[in-house]
Formats: sequence, C-alpha cells, structure tokens
Amino acid sequence: MLEVRNLSIAFKASVGLKSAVRNIDFIIRPGEILGLVGESGSGKTITSLGVMGLLPPNAVVTGGEVLVDGVDILKLPPADLRKLRGRHIAMIFQDPMASLDPIFTCGDQIVEAILLHEPIGRANARRKARELLEKVLISDPDRAMRSYPHELSGGQCQRIMIAMAVACRPRIIIADEPTTALDVTVQKQVLELLRELNGEVGAAILLITHDLGVIYEVADRVVVMYAGDKMEEATTADLFAAPRSDYSRALIDSMPSLGRNAERLPVIERDPSGKVSSVRPEPRPRPASAAPVLSEGDRPLLEIRDLCKSYWIKPSPLAVPVEMRAVDRVSLTVAPRTTLGLVGESGCGKSTLSRAVIRLYKPDSGQILFKGKDIAALSDKEMRPFRREIAMVFQNPYGSLNPRQTVAQLVEAPMVVFADGDAAKRQRRVRSLLEAVGLPATAAQKYPHEFSGGQRQRIAIARALALNPSLVICDEAVSALDVSVQAQVLNLLKDLQAEFDLTYLFISHDLSVVEHVSDTVAVMQKGRIVEYGPVAEIFGNPREPYTRMLLDAVPTVGSMRGGKAAP
Amino acid sequence: MIPEAILRATRNQPSFLASIVLLAAVLFIGVFGNWLAPQDPFLLNPQTVNQGSSAAHWLGTDEFGRDLLSRLLIGVQPTLLVAIGATAIAGVFGTMIGIAGAYGRPLLAFLIMRSVDIMLSFPPILLALLAVGFWESGIFSLAVVIGVLYIPHFARVAHAATLQVSRMEFMEAEHAMGASARRVVFTAILPNILSPLVVQATLTVAAAILLESGLSFLGLGIVPPEPSWGQMIGTARGYLGQNPMYVIWPSLLLALTVLAINVVGDRLRDILDPRLREE
Repeated sequence: MLEVRNLSIAFKASVGLKSAVRNIDFIIRPGEILGLVGESGSGKTITSLGVMGLLPPNAVVTGGEVLVDGVDILKLPPADLRKLRGRHIAMIFQDPMASLDPIFTCGDQIVEAILLHEPIGRANARRKARELLEKVLISDPDRAMRSYPHELSGGQCQRIMIAMAVACRPRIIIADEPTTALDVTVQKQVLELLRELNGEVGAAILLITHDLGVIYEVADRVVVMYAGDKMEEATTADLFAAPRSDYSRALIDSMPSLGRNAERLPVIERDPSGKVSSVRPEPRPRPASAAPVLSEGDRPLLEIRDLCKSYWIKPSPLAVPVEMRAVDRVSLTVAPRTTLGLVGESGCGKSTLSRAVIRLYKPDSGQILFKGKDIAALSDKEMRPFRREIAMVFQNPYGSLNPRQTVAQLVEAPMVVFADGDAAKRQRRVRSLLEAVGLPATAAQKYPHEFSGGQRQRIAIARALALNPSLVICDEAVSALDVSVQAQVLNLLKDLQAEFDLTYLFISHDLSVVEHVSDTVAVMQKGRIVEYGPVAEIFGNPREPYTRMLLDAVPTVGSMRGGKAAP
Repeated sequence: MIPEAILRATRNQPSFLASIVLLAAVLFIGVFGNWLAPQDPFLLNPQTVNQGSSAAHWLGTDEFGRDLLSRLLIGVQPTLLVAIGATAIAGVFGTMIGIAGAYGRPLLAFLIMRSVDIMLSFPPILLALLAVGFWESGIFSLAVVIGVLYIPHFARVAHAATLQVSRMEFMEAEHAMGASARRVVFTAILPNILSPLVVQATLTVAAAILLESGLSFLGLGIVPPEPSWGQMIGTARGYLGQNPMYVIWPSLLLALTVLAINVVGDRLRDILDPRLREE
C-alpha cells in the first residue's frame, strides 16, 4: 500500500525555494489503479519522482511523508531506499524504446530483472521470463526473447517493460504516461493488459497521464492536479459524471470527443484571482482588409494521383532486400480552404505521404498536382518556388525548432531563405505573425527552450505562415500537447484558416481531433487509403471494418457527458 | 552577450575563475616571456649544475647550470604556439570533414569517413615521427603535423554529432522551407554540434602539449637550446637523482595548464548553449 501524506516539493531557486507541489495526499490500496492527471507543469511527474525518492538534485521535499507499507521512505538511508525501490517499486516509462537497454536482448533484460531480486538460477529465470512474455500476450515469445528492443514495435516494447515491471511482483507500480507514445489500438490493448495483470499481481498502481481518456479506461480513482495543487480526488465514474472542481470540469470540456462536433473547443482560463473556468472563445472575425474570398470553382488545390513510395528493407543483415510499400497508390484531393484529415496508426505511411507532398522524399511514381501543376518529379531547383506555397508544422515542437536560434530568427527563416524583403520588413512581419498566433512581441528575442510546448507549436505555426503559403501540412501538430493546450492550438488553426485562406492537410492518429478539424477524412492503413469521404460520413457511418476498429479503440469519455450513446 | 555570460559564470565558480586567471597568466608569459626572464636562459655555467632552489636561481638550475625559471618562462611561447596552432588546424579541418562525412552525398561521405578511419588506425606518435623526420623540425611544422594528426579525432566527433542533429525535426523543417546546404550547415548543424567540439578542442590543446612534449623528448620537436616544457621534462628525467625539482617544475606547470584548459572548456560549452545559460 502506498500512502502519500501532505507531500510538498520545492525547487531550489537563486533566491530561496520555489514551490512545485503543495500538500498532495492520496492512498493507493493493493490492486487499485490511481490515475494522476494534469497538464504538463502541473507537478504530476515531480510528485511521482518524489514518491520514488528520485528527485533531481535541484528539488527538495519540504514536507510530508511517503509511506510504503507504513515505512516513510523519505527518511530511509539511500542504501535501504535503493533496495526497497528495486524490490517493491517498479516503474513503466513513457518511451519504451528509450527505457530498454539497446545493447541487450529483451530476454536478457527480463532475466536480469528477475535475478536481481530472486536468485533462482539463470535457466529458471529464463523459463519465468518466457512465461511472463506469454502473459503479456506477445505474439511470438521466443522471438521476443531473442530480439533487441529496436527490432520490436513500440507496443511490444511496452509489453516487455510491463513484463519486467511485474516480474518481481512489486507492491507499487508507477506508470508515467505508459501509452502516450502508442497508437490508439495498441494503447487499448496495453491498458487492458495492465489492468488484467494487476488483478493477479495486486500492486498499487500510480498511473500518471495527461490523457483523460486513458484515466477513464483503466483508473479506479483519480487525482486531478493543477499548478502543483490537488484539485480533486474522486472515483473515475464520479469524476466524469459530476466533476466537483471547476478545473476538472474545464479539463473534461476541452477534450474534443467523438460525436460532439463543435465549431470551437472550450479552453481553460485562469483569472487573476486564480479561479479556473472553461471559456469557449469566439472565432476571430475575418479582417476587413483581407482579400475577398476568390471563388476558384471546384478546382482542388492539391490533387494526389496514384502516388507510390517504397522502401527497400532487409529482414536480416544478409537477406535480399524486400520492398515495403509505405505509400501504395494513394489518390486524394483537397479543395482550397478546406481541411483534409488523414488518420491511421503509426507505420501506416501517413508521414511518408506528407513528406512526399512537401518533397522531402521523391515519390516513386504517381502525380502530385499542386494548383494543377505536377510537382512529383521536379528537381530541387524546380521545386523551390513551390516551397513558398507549401509549409509544414511538425509533430514535436521540442524538436522542430533549432534550439540555438531566437524566435525572431526562427520565424523569419523562410523569408531569409527566399531573400524576402529587407531586415526591417522581416522584423515587422515577425511581429505581426507573433501577434497572429497569440504570442507577445517580447517573445521574439527569446530562445525556444523558454517556452512551453503549446507556445513552441505557436512559434512553429508562425514560421509556417511566414511566406503566406496556401497549403499547410500539419503532421501530428497537436499530438505532443496537453488537452487544454491542444484545444487552444486547434482553435488557433481554425482562426488562421479563415484569416489567411489556408488549406490544411491535417495528419493525426487521434480520431477525435481529426473529426473536430476536418472537412474530409481519409483513413490510411498499410500505405493505402481504405476509406475516404466527408467527415460526417466516415465518423457517422464507417463502412470499412478497419475504420470501425479505430473508432472503437478511442477511449470514450464523451459517452457519459457528450450525449453519445455508449458503443 | 557572451563575455557578459563569462563574467556571470565566474561568480560562484572559483575553479573557473582560477583557471581563467591561470590561462591569462600563461598567455601573458607566452607573449612577454623573453622580457620577463630574470636571467639569460641560454647562459651556461659549469659552477652551478643541477642545483636546487636558491636566492640566485629561484627554481634551481638545469644540467648545464642554466636558470630554470627563465627557461620555463621562455618555453611557454613555443609550447603554446604548437598547441593552439595544432588545435586550430585540427578543429577547422576536422569539423569540415566530419560534417561533410555526415551531411554530404553518400559516396563522398563514405570515402571521407573511411579515410578518416584509416588515419585513426595509425598511432599518432608513429606518424608524427615519420612526418617530423621528413620535415625540418620547428614550431610551424610541429603545429601542422600535430594538427593533421588530430583531424580524424575532430572529424569523428563532428561526424557523430552531425548525424545526431540530422535526425532532428528542425533539419527537416530547414529542408522543407528550401534552405540551401550552406544555410543548413551554418545555422542548423554548426551551432548545434558546438558543444562536443569545444570539449574536443580543450582535450586537443592538452593532448597537443603532451604530444609536443613527447616529440621534443625524442628530439624531434623544439630544437635545443630553445626550451619547451616537454623537452625540459624529457631531459630532466635523466637527472632525477641529482635534482628532482628539475622535472617537477615543468611537469607541474604543464599539468596545471592542461587542467585549466579543461575547466574553461567545460564551462565554455555551457555558456555557449542558450539552454544552459543562467538567467
């Protein structure tokens, strides 16, 4: 049993201490799953590190107790703590690929984990490891034992992490965003597995996530955190049926959920007194100065015809390479000022497709007609004028901005590349772009690391708009963001679409987001478009079994509040 | 911005401040050593061979009775010239080669990196012996030879760092907006691989001093009677029994200088990274 009493943690600042987490308390009983939910910066991860006794050197516990079976681990000497941590507390991390050691086989790593706590001999440990892999439902346990982490998919790696975590029957499992890096369908399987296994192991599980859907699927009880404070503790059913705190209500509201299509998503706002409320901002009016909407008839802005792109991969080092069709005869059209949503699981080829459209890759065959001109086979030089017209917003706002450049340099980069205007003109443009994406003018001189994920994505969007493109490709542009921030960015994208006459190719694995933003939707599976049509049709009446499976796998929070009948 | 950051960084960092002061002193001596030497560093005196510290000779004398302090001071200049020259050569060419090897066209990159591997497989001292054997020994050729020897090390570091940076999304972003190769190299790659390169440079300065010592010890570096620290250490080894302080003084200075360079390089890396700059 894990009991946290009045835990407060602070960061050491240049002057005194800066409080990070205040008076958190909760209890997790054996066999129970407690969800700890909050946005990034809410203190949920620092809380979990405090519980593990793994706080970074610049953080200190300023008060409270963490009782593991009645022993306060904050008072234990380091050696005892280490022993306790290994034997009784296990952790499952967000990125399974990164948390497994790349130079050992998965089998060896599980065996190692078992032997560390149970001296039962290598042969017995191997047998036990194999049993565990069967238990976590890995399709071919013998192959998984022999494989290195990079040879397995993300979902399989996470299963192995779970196998390692439960190997020694720990009393406490801390799972930090265990399914954030996984596809919906895989996420569902992994969550079910975690819950089932825990019926057997009987550990107290602390599940940390920003995704309310995940909480809804597996947690028994929920603690909601905001800005270092505990907002609410409730059973999962109570939280979603009748959230008591304003923040929880606002958080649940800001999730786009299937079948609850609203033009605007409510966002969370905090007034100066600290009161939190859910606000549904009005769309920004189209500026009067903007050019009148040109009626270009039905001529599509982008038309893709029979596009193919293959990779040649070697199944083993000495084998003959085999063709892997990442994009297989894909045909799509996108009308001007509309949004095409492209959904599919990871590895389905949607990123390859988007990168072929912006010609980061050269497609093998097929046509990409942009404003009627085929750009599929253009040389780099011929492609250059089109790069003004097509811009891209990448998935990871932490990776897509050069950390050594200031925001001003980042946003003006496309103008510099195209030698557009002089320095003064570019500076003016940077200011107006920052304003358009809702960033203060003072942001220009800062570096990206000084901003939060949502703000960084705004910077990336400002950069994409610098040259007034007509097509913007958003590759999982909101996937790395918290729900409330995601709502803000989605609202922003809609505003900008009206303001700058943008056409979006919006790629996401998140069906509720795609439903919210798209006019037409294409569902992609194994390189092919399996279903394609207007958004209402695809989500209301999916014809393909694959589309139905994707829809079923989405955690359905909305079913309780959004008026959608439970499936 | 950066000098300011250095000033700020010296606060709360006594080791960094001490290293800066020491390096400044060494540089000063490197420039003005000839004037600072209290006695004639080349004056032989059979009466005072291998003496310890005394009022006449503060650090004692060497095997020919020359004043050790004076020789140490004027030995700074050749030592520094070789070390800094070699590091500059290795840094500039090694980085260029490394980036080309990671970011260039595949065939070119392959050829470049394999040649680097071949160069790496020779022991540096052997190559240096060979090269110095062919050329006239002197400060310039020594700097070039040692610099060339360390090119593969820089190339390897730059190559690995560039590969890492190439996988970042902002590289794709640069390509998506149609940036030229030059822009990609100078704005996206170079600033982001600077940290390991700065560290490598501090290591190379230290290694170059040591290699110069080694070569001077073998009689291939600075030609006597011109002194260099390495050469002095080499010679002094033979007189350990008569005058132990003879080997200790130059060794101590060499060790302190190398240490200071490493400390400064370490801090410099943090200062150059906007993410690590203290507010």
